[in-house]
Amino acid sequence: MSDRLTVRKTYKLYLGGAFPRSESGRTYEVHDAKGHFLANAAWASRKDGRDAVVAARSAFGKWSGATAYNRGQVLYRVAEVMEGRAAQFTEEVAAGEGLSAAKARAAVDAAIDRWVWYAGWTDKLAAVLGSTNPVAGPYFGFSVPEPTGVVAVLAPQRSSLLGLVSVLAPVLAAGNTAVVVSSKERPLPAITLGEVLATSDVPGGVVNLLTGDAAEIGPWLAEHADVDAIDLAGAPAPLAMELERSAAGTIKRVLRAPAEEPDWTADPGLSRLRPFLETKSVWHPIGV
Amino acid sequence: MTSLFEYAPAPESRSIVDIRPSYGLFIDGEFVDGTGTPLKTVNPATEEVLSEVATAHEDDVDRAVRAARRAFVKTWGPMRPADRGKYLFRIARLLQERAREFAVLETLDNGKPIRESRDVDVPLAAAHFFYHAGWADKLEHAGLGPAPRPLGVAGQVIPWNFPLLMLAWKVAPALATGNTVVLKPAETTPLTALLFAEICQQADLPPGVVNIVTGAGETGRAVISHPDVDKVAFTGSTEVGRSIARAVAGTEKRLTLELGGKAANIVFDDAPIDQAVEGIVRGIFFNQGHVCCAGSRLLVQESVHDDVVASLQRRIGTLRVGDPMDKNTDLGAINSAEQLARIRELTAFGETEGATCWQPDGDLPDRGFWFKPTVFTDVSPAHRIARDEVFGPVLSVMTFRTPDEAVAKANNTTYGLSAGIWSEKGSRILKVTDQLRAGVVWANTFNEFDPTSPFGGYKQSGYGREGGRQGLAAYLRSDS
Repeated sequence: MSDRLTVRKTYKLYLGGAFPRSESGRTYEVHDAKGHFLANAAWASRKDGRDAVVAARSAFGKWSGATAYNRGQVLYRVAEVMEGRAAQFTEEVAAGEGLSAAKARAAVDAAIDRWVWYAGWTDKLAAVLGSTNPVAGPYFGFSVPEPTGVVAVLAPQRSSLLGLVSVLAPVLAAGNTAVVVSSKERPLPAITLGEVLATSDVPGGVVNLLTGDAAEIGPWLAEHADVDAIDLAGAPAPLAMELERSAAGTIKRVLRAPAEEPDWTADPGLSRLRPFLETKSVWHPIGV
Repeated sequence: MTSLFEYAPAPESRSIVDIRPSYGLFIDGEFVDGTGTPLKTVNPATEEVLSEVATAHEDDVDRAVRAARRAFVKTWGPMRPADRGKYLFRIARLLQERAREFAVLETLDNGKPIRESRDVDVPLAAAHFFYHAGWADKLEHAGLGPAPRPLGVAGQVIPWNFPLLMLAWKVAPALATGNTVVLKPAETTPLTALLFAEICQQADLPPGVVNIVTGAGETGRAVISHPDVDKVAFTGSTEVGRSIARAVAGTEKRLTLELGGKAANIVFDDAPIDQAVEGIVRGIFFNQGHVCCAGSRLLVQESVHDDVVASLQRRIGTLRVGDPMDKNTDLGAINSAEQLARIRELTAFGETEGATCWQPDGDLPDRGFWFKPTVFTDVSPAHRIARDEVFGPVLSVMTFRTPDEAVAKANNTTYGLSAGIWSEKGSRILKVTDQLRAGVVWANTFNEFDPTSPFGGYKQSGYGREGGRQGLAAYLRSDS
């Protein structure tokens, strides 16, 4: 062991492709599973949430308009860059979740593999979920899946990296942009993931990561007229019901959370892609 | 124009349909009394009372849900899928056999022209049953995993604009996927649903598989909030859709909503103008504009605006507004006094906000609820008639210069149900289609429907799809 004094990282938000502090100037202490101080995290405010929605909306056109092949390559690049940072993620997950180094590494590996899995989905969704429609008339009828828009994601509270990637990657693979509120007690892997995204050709604003309290920011996102969908994965039951109710005001798509945080290593199938895709049916004339 | 070619009246006979003086609820395979105060359903073209219909209270709805649950557990759920399919094929055939009866009854109760109920509503309803019948024993091929399972009891609430067709859109996929249903028709148009109950009896459909509870909003609330309902499907206004989404929040109920719209119908300068004018008329005046996907915002490229508006007005001058039972009628009656009041209120805003109102000459019948086909020009995107769903025969015309501007204006709405594009250039059609945020896009046509084509909205026009393989997902639990 060297006696070198380490350079510690300042954990900030990831918003519109940059790493700002919370506009509120607030921070909160993050501890490891044993209660030792790890870092001060930015404590995102309602206004940070609003800024994140603006960033996500302005990034939507470019990201949803990119070719499926391009999106797939960008998501695969995220996996590549994460692989190189695996040791750092392992350390953060082990500390935050109180896991052994081996178990933490397994969670990191699964998270990386999940990016790879979703990277491969981008250019298959249209084939699997779309259709040609044999309508009874002189039209070429077809239906294509399209991204819903800006998705608010309340990330799981316990699984700080694998859970986060499991809810974020499908939102991006489907072509949406995201405003994510991280786990409140275990926010550090989210910001490190932001550093990965910032260096993986994911355009700025496509993912916006807020550290802080879902109970504080969630209600604003659920109500926000420019948010099209909300994933309640990290919202405890009473909050989830309140958010679903306020999301009704703008007919948001709502992905409900199970009572218990699920086993994130399980195969998710299409269950997290379908809720954030719309179907557009087109009638194109034939012969006239 | 009309003076050149006067038409002799050509009324369809109503003798084919035998309207009973009163109807009960259809629960567990039988007609039973409801405990609410009966409602009167009227012919909106004459204000004549057609029949008295029972209304269902909470207790009646509970009976219906229990019957549906029993049928789900004992008969419909365990039944061989191929047999479920055969029942649906039977229903499709029975609808075809009695098509004229349904068409006449629909027109009397709803006010829509007989030409539309005969040529569109009823044939499409039969087609929906025929299409979904075939799915019943092929669900493992629907892309929802190897063994998708039904949800249970579906509570379904439908609107008054396409009473039988909306019933078919709801009931056919629910039954094909193995669910049982409790359906509430709209309070002003219950009669074809009750005639459909007779079809269920003729088909020997097991009791409880389809239950029909009539009534107003309170009955609908009882259906969607019943704790033993697993799935809620609603078609209607965005406002009611919001309250339903609130009501199911925090429950396990699955929800699909098909809500309002304010569709853009975009006419490019290379469009065949005569064909486009026919499409514009079909887009906004079909079913008196009581269509959630109606093309109520006409966006015309500036260079052809004057030509299009002049042709449109000339064409509208030849439309025949009047007796819905007349086979020559183009526009029938507004469905209710309440809806007529809403149309009048919103069009009044159009004039006070500065748009120019145009209506054709001609008289309207003395009795009944009527509104002339109406065109507003000089409309700004900020006007209420350009933003709010009128749900009547009222068109707002705006202009654009470039395709980008057309797309921006078309998408400038909280709705996203449908859109239309008129152009001779296929590559332009596909490019603009790609940019529109709407669930259905018609090119060089409008208001086309087909059971194979999934239908539903983006944004605040709702979520979930009806029709096609995609529509099955709303009624199935999937492992994938």
